[in-house]
Amino acid sequence: MSDCLLEISGLRKFFGPVEVLKGVDFSMREGEVVSIIGSSGSGKTTMLRCINMLEEFQGGTIRLDGETIGYEETASGRKRKSETEIARQRALTGMAFQQFNLFPHMSAVENVMLGLVKVKKMGREEAREIALKWLERVGLAERAGHYPGQLSGGQQQRVAIARAIAMNPKLMLFDEVTSALDPELVGEVLQVIKDLAADGMSMLLVTHEMRFAYEVSSRVIFMNQGVIGEQGDPKVMFNAPQSERLAEFLKTSSFV
Amino acid sequence: MGYTLNFSAVWRNFDDLLAGLLLSLELAFVALLIGCVLGLVTAFGLISRNGWARRPAALYVTVIRNLPILVLILFAYFALPQMGIRLGKIESFVATLAIYSGAYLAEVFRAGLISIPPGLSEAGLAIGLKPRQIRTSIIIPLMIRNVLPSLSSTLISLFKDTSLAAAIAVPELTFEARKINVETFRVVETWIVASGLYVATCSVLAASMRVIERRLTLAR
Ligand SMILES: Nc1ncnc2c1ncn2[C@@H]1O[C@H](COP(=O)(O)OP(=O)(O)O)[C@@H](O)[C@H]1O
Ligand SMILES: [Mg+2]
Repeated sequence: MSDCLLEISGLRKFFGPVEVLKGVDFSMREGEVVSIIGSSGSGKTTMLRCINMLEEFQGGTIRLDGETIGYEETASGRKRKSETEIARQRALTGMAFQQFNLFPHMSAVENVMLGLVKVKKMGREEAREIALKWLERVGLAERAGHYPGQLSGGQQQRVAIARAIAMNPKLMLFDEVTSALDPELVGEVLQVIKDLAADGMSMLLVTHEMRFAYEVSSRVIFMNQGVIGEQGDPKVMFNAPQSERLAEFLKTSSFV
Repeated sequence: MGYTLNFSAVWRNFDDLLAGLLLSLELAFVALLIGCVLGLVTAFGLISRNGWARRPAALYVTVIRNLPILVLILFAYFALPQMGIRLGKIESFVATLAIYSGAYLAEVFRAGLISIPPGLSEAGLAIGLKPRQIRTSIIIPLMIRNVLPSLSSTLISLFKDTSLAAAIAVPELTFEARKINVETFRVVETWIVASGLYVATCSVLAASMRVIERRLTLAR
């Protein structure tokens, strides 16, 4: 066993005949904050979605905290694990989406409580306490009773992050969580992520906020056409990109 | 016009009309309840990627929606016993109305289901919920909110359709009205009162559904 939290090797994913992940190799340790950058369509979202089995994948393995995710090798070949097992493994990671995806018929605190009650089988009182604690952490204690429709985009995204973190995941996945936000609301969400990073949360985040990636990540990976093109310390990578592709990408993104 | 209105004969038999109205309501509610279950199962079938679930669901909806309801009622009551399925008048009618409404509700529910953003199910999966838990905690509650206005008009249609039960002598409102009509010859008065009862009941049903809708409308 290695000391890796996440270990992806040879990950391949097809949408129909189209191969969108063409052998991704990647690993990260506990407590690391890794940003994934790369142009649109390069496979960043798909990679995150494979890690928590929102997408099936056809080749390679993903190991998280010592467990093989999603599939098992049997005598008759590779087989998808049972839904129950996959559901349990999905709870090992938390995910925040570009579109927030809060449950619109539940208040902020109920959104956070749902997983605690249904998945962690907590009593409602205990779940409410934990949910309120996390809402406070993202600065929304007074909005606990509000419904998603009554919250700004930035507030909704912070609730969504609280909902994921409250499940106490080993790894947080963020997929362009500020892309759908008005510019003036981006900062409050990035601040929440920074605070979590400072607390030692392991995170893998897809972002277009180059300044943010530069500041918070211990490592950056550059996805290019379904493979990892380059990776390393952001200070080194952004200032002295090795490949033509990355140099070009950095020029067109708004990193100043 | 030598006809003078005289309602006294109708008022004398008003209890019968009320009993008929009560039965009409019961028929509609029970049919709607069963129809909702049928419609929900069928709706999940209609949106399924699995052909073995989708094709029977689509067949059921197509067949029922292309049959006049009166034909269904008569078929169930007269033809089924010949085929060995014997039901009482009321059971036969409720079953027919339930199967009939199930097909329409399936379409209503399907529309309510596909308008739910797929991201919500994925968010549920991401926190470790099982598909069944996502259906009960997220999909169905949201779908119900989406379909409440259509559900309200379905309930009213069903209530009005119960008058067709008179065709197989179920003693609901229309049947009772016809009986009074025949027994007292107060033709105009009887049908005026019966019509008034239908209109008043539909209005009450619509108003109560609006209250429920307002209660469940998502806060904005
Ligand atoms: N559900 C899907 N069906 C078919 N193709 C898809 C689907 N999702 C993504 N793709 C394709 O896979 C590739 C990678 O997409 P994605 O992972 O979303 O890229 P990124 O997040 O880097 O912008 C793109 O070419 C995209 O068109
Ligand atoms: Mg993406």
